Amino acid sequence: MIPAEFDYTAPESLQDAISALVDGGEDAKLLAGGHSLIPLMKLRLAAPSLLVDLRKVPGLHGVERQNGHWRIGALTTHSALEHSPDLGIVAAVAATIADPQVRHRGTIGGSLAHGDAASDLPAVMLLTEGEVTLQGPNGQRTVGAGDLFKDYLTTDVGEDEVLTEIRVSAMDGWGYGHQKFNRRSEDWAMVGVAAVVKANGGTCEDVRVGLTNMGSVPLRATAVEEALRGRELSAENIARAAESAAEGTNPPADLNATTEYKRHLARVLTKRAIQDAVGAG
Amino acid sequence: MSVTDEAPAGHVGRELRRKEDPRLITGRARYVDDISLPGMLWASFVRSSEAHATIVSIDTSAAAARDGIHAVFTGEDMSDLGGPLPMAWVPPGVEVNNPEHWPLARGAVKHVGDPVAVVVGEDRYAVQDAAEDVIVEYDELPAIIDPEAAIAGPPYVHEQFGTNRVHEWSLAGGDVEAGFAEADVVVERRVINHRIAGAPIECRGVLADYRAGSLTLWTATQVPHFVRLFMALLLGLGEDHVRVIAPEVGGGFGQKLQVYGEELFACWASRKLDRPIKWIETRSENMSVAHQGRDQISAVKMGAKRDGTITAFHVKILADFGAYNMILTPLIPSLGAFVMGGCYKIPNVQTDITGVFTNKCPTDAIRGAGRPEATQMIEVTLDQLAHELGMDPVEIRRRNFIPKEDFPAETATGVVYDSGDYHRTLDRLLEHVDVAAFRREQAQLRSEGVYRGIGFCTWTEICGLAPSRITGPAGVGVQAGLWESAMIRVHNTGAVTVYTGTSPHGQGLETAMAQIVADKLGVDPSVVEIIHGDTSMGPEGRNTYGSRSLATGGEAVAKATDKIVDKVKAIVAAELEAAPEDIEVTADRFAVRGSPDKGLALADVAGIAYVGAVPEGMEPGLEETTFYDPENFVFPFGAHACIVDVDAETGKVVVQRYVAVDDCGRAVNPMLIEGQIHGGVAFGIGQALYERVYYDDSGQLITGTFVNYAIPTAAEMPSFETDRTETPSPVNSLGAKGVGEAGTIAASAAVTNAVIDALRPLGVDYINMPLSPMRIWDAISSSQGTNAEGGAQS
Amino acid sequence: MSSTVNVRLSVNGVERTLEVEPRVLLVHALRDNLGLTGTHVGCDTSNCGACTVHLDGEPVKSCTVLAVQADGAEVTTIEGMGTEDNLHPMQEAFWNNHGLQCGYCTPGMIMSAAALLAENPDPTEAEVRHALEGNLCRCTGYHNIVKSVLDAASKSSGVSA
Repeated sequence: MIPAEFDYTAPESLQDAISALVDGGEDAKLLAGGHSLIPLMKLRLAAPSLLVDLRKVPGLHGVERQNGHWRIGALTTHSALEHSPDLGIVAAVAATIADPQVRHRGTIGGSLAHGDAASDLPAVMLLTEGEVTLQGPNGQRTVGAGDLFKDYLTTDVGEDEVLTEIRVSAMDGWGYGHQKFNRRSEDWAMVGVAAVVKANGGTCEDVRVGLTNMGSVPLRATAVEEALRGRELSAENIARAAESAAEGTNPPADLNATTEYKRHLARVLTKRAIQDAVGAG
Repeated sequence: MSVTDEAPAGHVGRELRRKEDPRLITGRARYVDDISLPGMLWASFVRSSEAHATIVSIDTSAAAARDGIHAVFTGEDMSDLGGPLPMAWVPPGVEVNNPEHWPLARGAVKHVGDPVAVVVGEDRYAVQDAAEDVIVEYDELPAIIDPEAAIAGPPYVHEQFGTNRVHEWSLAGGDVEAGFAEADVVVERRVINHRIAGAPIECRGVLADYRAGSLTLWTATQVPHFVRLFMALLLGLGEDHVRVIAPEVGGGFGQKLQVYGEELFACWASRKLDRPIKWIETRSENMSVAHQGRDQISAVKMGAKRDGTITAFHVKILADFGAYNMILTPLIPSLGAFVMGGCYKIPNVQTDITGVFTNKCPTDAIRGAGRPEATQMIEVTLDQLAHELGMDPVEIRRRNFIPKEDFPAETATGVVYDSGDYHRTLDRLLEHVDVAAFRREQAQLRSEGVYRGIGFCTWTEICGLAPSRITGPAGVGVQAGLWESAMIRVHNTGAVTVYTGTSPHGQGLETAMAQIVADKLGVDPSVVEIIHGDTSMGPEGRNTYGSRSLATGGEAVAKATDKIVDKVKAIVAAELEAAPEDIEVTADRFAVRGSPDKGLALADVAGIAYVGAVPEGMEPGLEETTFYDPENFVFPFGAHACIVDVDAETGKVVVQRYVAVDDCGRAVNPMLIEGQIHGGVAFGIGQALYERVYYDDSGQLITGTFVNYAIPTAAEMPSFETDRTETPSPVNSLGAKGVGEAGTIAASAAVTNAVIDALRPLGVDYINMPLSPMRIWDAISSSQGTNAEGGAQS
Repeated sequence: MSSTVNVRLSVNGVERTLEVEPRVLLVHALRDNLGLTGTHVGCDTSNCGACTVHLDGEPVKSCTVLAVQADGAEVTTIEGMGTEDNLHPMQEAFWNNHGLQCGYCTPGMIMSAAALLAENPDPTEAEVRHALEGNLCRCTGYHNIVKSVLDAASKSSGVSA
């Protein structure tokens, strides 16, 4: 219930935050909304020696449209995303994260940097040509979503780097669907599937399917995409394509679901998510 | 709602909003953690990470050396206790293996969470830090987790018994073998009632203050009087020097019907260190060490004639008690045995219980305590039987109901049901649920691929726990009389204070009792204050559990008030020069019958009583005490229906409708009854669909927090439809029965039957709880031969 | 003990200054430092919502916010909603509809419900249930809680079409 002791600093500029991280060494951690980190600290599963709080760093909030993309500040809360309907699938997925209180504190930057395979936004990044900007002592770099998630709770964000902003394609002209399967509405996904479809007169011009909690990182169901691309968006074709949703996956069993059940859910939810995407298109 | 055509004449029967609420909705209520004392220290327990191990060593030096730490204690330090923690059930003629159970482990740990040391220090942060620094070295022993493996033999949880068996206990009436011989059809099922947690939203907490030879203990308990008795006995103090206070208590659900080691430790340490000691449980601790419930595996056998008449019912229960016997642990399944015939006339009924130790948290009473398990066995098996016979599940129930004219009705096992009208509750239910229309809708939906099902549960239970002659040492064997007390004090001004021996914690007894008293004394409920949960205020009590507080405590209040009324009438009669039997109470005074405007208000009478102007031979003052020990239990009953949709592709169940018609005798406050039913039903739905305490094969607790122990949220629950009938109990003057456990006792069976009804076209005829999506998908897949890997845990 | 930090915040309209360890949770600062014990703790994993308060007008779980993160913020707790003589409409609705039993989840439930109506004054039953998914209650089965929130909404919106 109570975190272990730590030192704390709330720098007022990005450069000072990076310096604090560098000085703090490997046990220094960034604090954004804290809704991944503080729960772990309370259970003493994490015990950083220094917390570098980003709350005073300017310029890390907000959602704005830029040339067919959305630029989202890293400290933008799930609640702010949820209430930005123009964000499409990003808003729809953000609205399903945990509960209203958590969505008011949890941030997109924190969630992506944490890299939990059961959290909802990483899979969406894979579908929206998402990329993140990382600022470190040696300058700025951009990492695409496909390279960001390395392993369970492991991302490409360096120990001395700050994830400052997220860019996603606006996905104009794409329909989207999202199916999150959990025990209770406040729970993490047992399996989640996000799908975006670009239809052209009943034909699938393009489709992308992202899987949550089907492995140590978010996954693209490429076999489904290949099976549907260029085909008529009929119920039969969607169902047949969705049969490949679990191809190549080996999700770990947990209390609520065996590996095989998760694979089964991935197939069912993929079918439904694509159907939703076609309906919403 | 159309319970009765008569509007209530007084306060009883009205939906008065609660007297308790103003303090609760403004944040001004005081729960244990809201109380602080000067010089108070905090405690934090070091708990076993192992399911079964010998303690090789405990190194407390680093913890003790930390700033702000006053002491670190282990089991050896507490060698001066008067005895181990209590187990209060001694059934005559039954041998019960009962290991010593201490507040801090002595030499070995028996389940994950068993306390091995405790740190005492300046604040809640410092003690948790120090607890992390206590180093315990364990020598691991083989752990036994599965109850069926445990009953078969070694390894043993308690080596000294040479068995994991706790006890064997049976209750039989008639001759079940003869009954099965008469049957045309016999169904046998394995009924698993999985382990659940009480999970009140307030965890446990204690604050002990020993000063100058006297002990005060604030504790989040349902049973302050039991706690006082055992604190006194185990610490060698007189009860006159022990005051136990249950302040505002944030839910109990049976989990707080206990005498816990943490309570004893805090009192002991306060005396040792001469400082107040506070301990507030974390949720993780609560999930691993506060007693849990259910956890029974039963072989159930029911036989019937071709026409549906039940001839025999035999259940063999293997009850997993975990690592120790808590205060009533081995008694719990027996509570179900007393009503194993349900609301049916079954000539031959037998329940055989075997208790077994495992390396898990102990079980004890959790909302319903034995009766939800019994109801699950009866009602689910009855549906299975109906299906076997090709009968409608409603019809088979009607065929077997104990008829109204049989009451008071003695069952095969000799239990006497006080009152009942089972056809009436079922009729009322069917006014709300059009079964024929449902079946048409169900068929239509199935053709569209939607699997909807309906499940019924017609139930009765035994509650109002009392009377002493049956429950006590010479009867069932509880080492306490289960009567109840009340003391009524009418003050000089006519204000009334009621001291009840019950200890409510959310049920609304302050309001219900005030309604009872107000009617009898001709005052408004707002001037009637109810004091509870403080052993230094009012008479000895027997507290709150087993749906007893109104039927025993409320009746005690009524009886004590009647004594006041007798005295008031004598005074008024003398004042008005009338006969006492001609005095009657109105809404605001005591008056001579036929002259309602001529009379004395209670305040006037109290004035006379306290200035001593009472009739000759009468004592001054206006205060009375009653100890009420009823003649019998009370037996509420009802008829519930649940409608669910099962997503055949994912296995997910959604409750579409839940309709509950209950009869808990005469209503004192219908609003409170509805609230109890809502919460009880939600508790039962929670068990059926969402909740399960789960240990892995090595005895590690997987459901250690609210992340994995899935108490349903508002988003998972339907709105409930409730209605009532009123069949008064002849046992007490209020005509009241209990209602706190009713919804829970009925709901899990209704949900299970609904899910099975939905699944039948998919080839699934039977499934045990928990009805989680994976287990349902697995059952569908298995029945259709499509799931190669299997994997659902039974 | 690690060094302490100063935290200035407004609680129920009153400016307060605290000197706390950075690890002190907002819920403990409110309860232990400021004596506002109406905000409760029911779990250690941000599930139960008993600790819900408003932080700059938004509902948050104060067990998952460091007190120092609330520096410069406005906090409203159940004690700031209304008094017995001047109840907040949501408090009144919970009382009138038997929306509570043991009362332990109630302060957090009222804070979440009030935040919902601030954002959506006329919610459907499904919206109410969804908005309360971060608050666990073990007593009521939620039926009368939902009824309370809908009642408060209907009273505050007056005649709705």
